[in-house]
Amino acid sequence: MQMPTPDQTILSRKDHIVRRLRTVLPDDAVIDAPEETRAYECDALSAYRCPPLAVVLPASTEEVAAALKICHDEGVPVVPRGSGTSLAGGALPTEDSIILGVARLNRVLETDYDNRFIRVQTGLTNLSVTGAVEDEGFFYAPDPSSQLACAIAGNIAMNSGGAHCLKYGVTTNNLMGVKMVLMDGSIIDLGGPYADMAGLDLLGLICGSEGQLGVVTEATLRILHKPEGARPVMMGFDSNEEAGACVADIIKAGILPVAIEFMDRPVIRATENFVGAGYPDVEALLIVEVEGSEAEIASQLARIIEIGQCHNPVEIRESGGAEESARIWAGRKAAFGAMGQINDYMCLDGTIPVSQLPFVLRRIGELSGQYGLGVGNVFHAGDGNMHPLILYDANKPGDLEKAESMGADILKLCVEVGGCLTGEHGVGVEKRELMDAQYNADDLDAQMAVKDVFDPAWLLNPAKVFPLAATAKRRARPLAAE
Amino acid sequence: MMVTSESELAEAIAGAKGPLQVVGGGTRLPVSGDMLKVGISGVRLYEPGALTLVVAAGTPLAEVEGLLAAEGQRLAFEPMDFRPVMGSEGEPTIGGVVAANVSGPRRVQNGACRDFLLGVRFVDGHGRIIKSGGRVMKNVTGYDLVKLMAGSWGTLGVLSEVSLKVLPAAEAVATVIVHGLDDVTAVKALSRALGSAYDVSGAAHVGQGAEARTLVRVEGFADSVTYRAGRLRELLGGFGEISVEDDAARNAALWKRIRDVEDFAGREGDVWRVSLKPSDGPVAAAALRAAFGAEVIHDWGGGLVWALVPEGADLRAAMGDLAGHARIIRASADTVARLGRFHPRPAPVAALEAGLKEKFDPRGILNPGLMG
Repeated sequence: MQMPTPDQTILSRKDHIVRRLRTVLPDDAVIDAPEETRAYECDALSAYRCPPLAVVLPASTEEVAAALKICHDEGVPVVPRGSGTSLAGGALPTEDSIILGVARLNRVLETDYDNRFIRVQTGLTNLSVTGAVEDEGFFYAPDPSSQLACAIAGNIAMNSGGAHCLKYGVTTNNLMGVKMVLMDGSIIDLGGPYADMAGLDLLGLICGSEGQLGVVTEATLRILHKPEGARPVMMGFDSNEEAGACVADIIKAGILPVAIEFMDRPVIRATENFVGAGYPDVEALLIVEVEGSEAEIASQLARIIEIGQCHNPVEIRESGGAEESARIWAGRKAAFGAMGQINDYMCLDGTIPVSQLPFVLRRIGELSGQYGLGVGNVFHAGDGNMHPLILYDANKPGDLEKAESMGADILKLCVEVGGCLTGEHGVGVEKRELMDAQYNADDLDAQMAVKDVFDPAWLLNPAKVFPLAATAKRRARPLAAE
Repeated sequence: MMVTSESELAEAIAGAKGPLQVVGGGTRLPVSGDMLKVGISGVRLYEPGALTLVVAAGTPLAEVEGLLAAEGQRLAFEPMDFRPVMGSEGEPTIGGVVAANVSGPRRVQNGACRDFLLGVRFVDGHGRIIKSGGRVMKNVTGYDLVKLMAGSWGTLGVLSEVSLKVLPAAEAVATVIVHGLDDVTAVKALSRALGSAYDVSGAAHVGQGAEARTLVRVEGFADSVTYRAGRLRELLGGFGEISVEDDAARNAALWKRIRDVEDFAGREGDVWRVSLKPSDGPVAAAALRAAFGAEVIHDWGGGLVWALVPEGADLRAAMGDLAGHARIIRASADTVARLGRFHPRPAPVAALEAGLKEKFDPRGILNPGLMG
């Protein structure tokens, strides 16, 4: 993975830039000591690391604006950072960039249950948004698995999903408005506690733009009342085809579960060794969860089980209550940790049309054989968002590269069958060079034209999302004026 | 001019000598310029088991809805038919629905048209064919031009194909009706219902005085609908006299009347559509009644106000500084020219929109001035 060569002029002007930032931010909000900036050298894609020039931690929208204005005037790239949980390298800095962290923007500004929204500063974690409203019986629906740590700012930047988005949608479907700062320091409001935008859907455009169009400091989020209850059923099958057909039949029957999770044999075995959830040793395991009153749950689960029984199940286990539900979910929730016990792994995020599931799983198995690397599949089957985990040994020279190469093959396969490179993690640096597989030059140019409008100098998170060669001209900038 | 393929569309735009008026079914307000009718029609892919439909933009909406109904599915965002209120003819197309992000009563439950749009193909003002998104439900690969195109009214590009997430049609439906509430109390009742666990799929308020009806719809499997309608009846019991409508045909007629604003069809005056915070709905309604003797319909739990006002009335001025936006749906060309069809945006936002227009349509030929 390549990053652009750092701009020597910026490196040589570090002291001047840091001094200017200290004129608009409190002393402790500007970090430039190498031993301290190291904490910001990577995100959750920790294979790639690089300490930034400096780190700023503004505590208000105005401070964000002041810091960005200075970086804009000095021609310094800025990498926005939520909690640093990106799996795609979205918050990976370069040596000549300033990390702008939103961690100090952590207040709830307004909760309005009558109008069903909450307005928060975006450094707040995903789970604490739900925490702020759950006493009243409400919750914030998008639930990425890093929800304990990940910030709303990052959720908006990556348009994060989660296990329950089959019913509730992803971040963009639950985001009503933002306050954001553009690279030149101007502050704008998009949307608010009402439906739709007055003009073009700029809110929809900035959600998922990976911190390249602006820094979102406040968000108005839709909140919902919690369902009366939820309960899963677990179903084991001896073939991926049967499991895939079962998913399609559940959906065709008009049932809309909140989650349909899929695990294959390598993942089932790993989780059994890890937490012993009592899963059967089968080729494919589905966990299907439904919501509603006790009677509604029972009736939906009965329909699902009836469908499951038409697909030669090895085992069907319906949860009878909270304890059994927790047990059924225990293996799924521990899946990534369990795979990590076996080896280092690379987690992919391609999405495929659900109908292609059996074919794609078979091809992944073949690729695993070709590359000699193990792979486990655990994913959101209802929406086709795969998470193949490629096992490799980080200490073995060449293994990471081999895993990356196999990952690229799998993602291209996802695109070939009508899917996409990334369903919820984002492109970042990880999948940047694969964008050509999904989009042609005109498609990419139309996207890059958007950045030209919001950030004409390409200073915000510039070396991400698009192939480096495609953005080279746009990123090239005249030397900053002294 | 009518185009019947994507390549014809690209040629037509690349070769255009002046402004083009982009038309699907031609059921809404015209703008100036040569007419460019998108007649690209046909279903490209429909996988009921994956809830996915890919269809050419010029396909009639009725054809799409018929196809889905045959599989027990539907467009969950319940797009309105503009013909009654516009007094227009023509056949609404799916591309027109997407271009205007048309969403009906079910938006309170499931979201807008844009929330169900998985992918688009379009031709921009350069004449280039561009694709964004795809046919899968989760996709964060690159910028979301899909959302940008939904509701851009053909000003950035002309849609040639759209991919949509569809949902199962409901087996049963019921509407809990509270009688005789004033606007403020009605929106409180709607908020109570929408803030409950009972998955409300419609929340509207029509009429005034003893004739006023506050409507709360639930849909789904029959046993579940019966249960939830019963719970809502209890929840809203303190607000006033309650009845429950559970006949499918009468429910369909009732919600079509709200969806298509049938009460304003064929009536004199201008029709406006105002989006605001639900609890501001009654505030806006009171202001509009005081200023113009306006007639008002509340949908989306109070968050959408339809207003019938005297010709030429400046509804925005009467609403003061309520947060939200007001759009002209039906008015004379003079009124549209004087007041602007779309709500004015603050300067920095307008500058971003103008910047995008300049990039996607540098000659300014696609529906010029429509959204300005």
